Amino acid sequence: MSGSKALELIGEDLQALVAHVPHARAIGLVVVDAQPGQIWLRVPYADFLVGNPETAVIHGGVITTLLDNGGGAAVMTALDELRAVATLDLRIDYMKPATPGRDILGHCHCHKVTRHVAFVRGTAYHDTPDDPIATAAMTFMVGANRTLPGLVRGA
Amino acid sequence: MGLLDRLRQGGTPADWDALAARVPYGRFLGISVVPQADGGFLTRLAFDEKLIGNTVLPALHGGVIGAFLETAAMFQVLLDTESEHLPKPITLTVAYLRSAGPRETFARATITKQGRRVVSVRVEAWQEDPAKPVATAQGQFLVPSE
Repeated sequence: MSGSKALELIGEDLQALVAHVPHARAIGLVVVDAQPGQIWLRVPYADFLVGNPETAVIHGGVITTLLDNGGGAAVMTALDELRAVATLDLRIDYMKPATPGRDILGHCHCHKVTRHVAFVRGTAYHDTPDDPIATAAMTFMVGANRTLPGLVRGA
Repeated sequence: MGLLDRLRQGGTPADWDALAARVPYGRFLGISVVPQADGGFLTRLAFDEKLIGNTVLPALHGGVIGAFLETAAMFQVLLDTESEHLPKPITLTVAYLRSAGPRETFARATITKQGRRVVSVRVEAWQEDPAKPVATAQGQFLVPSE
């Protein structure tokens, strides 16, 4: 991979990597940092994201959304042209419950891109990726359809 | 008799609504439970713009599909075991087979193995045609000890 077309287009507006995704906006997903093939994100804690009211722990599906969206964005930043990206497969392992009241951070790394498929590893955590809440292994189709990612500036 | 016992014996529509209401993020997504004549149930995800992941196609967010499959599996484990508490997901593997369009989605979960602590579940989600699933998942859940 030479340069990252997506990062070149958005400049300093890293939030544009997810701003075009309605469900990312719905859960308050924030891009913390990005570089070619990697992205760091955050989901602010909110009551409506809870999976089990007995424990107030955030739903595993929120972490799936965080890592799936981060995975797709990591693939976008790994490519030297804009291509449609679609999730093919996602395996998530839950290692410990998220702490009620705390934001969840995520890191996704696209470590390999082939002609049609990109491979990503993702980690969700509070303090450090060494102490994960969950990890994910994901594959994405590259050029899955004719749509291009809508990188909306300042959305 | 508690809610879960009533549901295990059939339940009323209000009982099934109460089950869906147990999960705040499920409520936010628009997940409900639809009892079936055979005594089983389908889990339903109503369509809403906020569930979209790709606005151009448009298609539901892969994370939403994952959350929906996980929730459907959790309801099945809750009803098929004696536990009074929601099971904890250990691992879930989702295969995305087709893009899910802007319409309602259904899921049916099947317990493939019920152990003392761990339950293995298979889930399928579809939209208009059950023979054309949009996603399938296999998961393992921990049943909390009482």
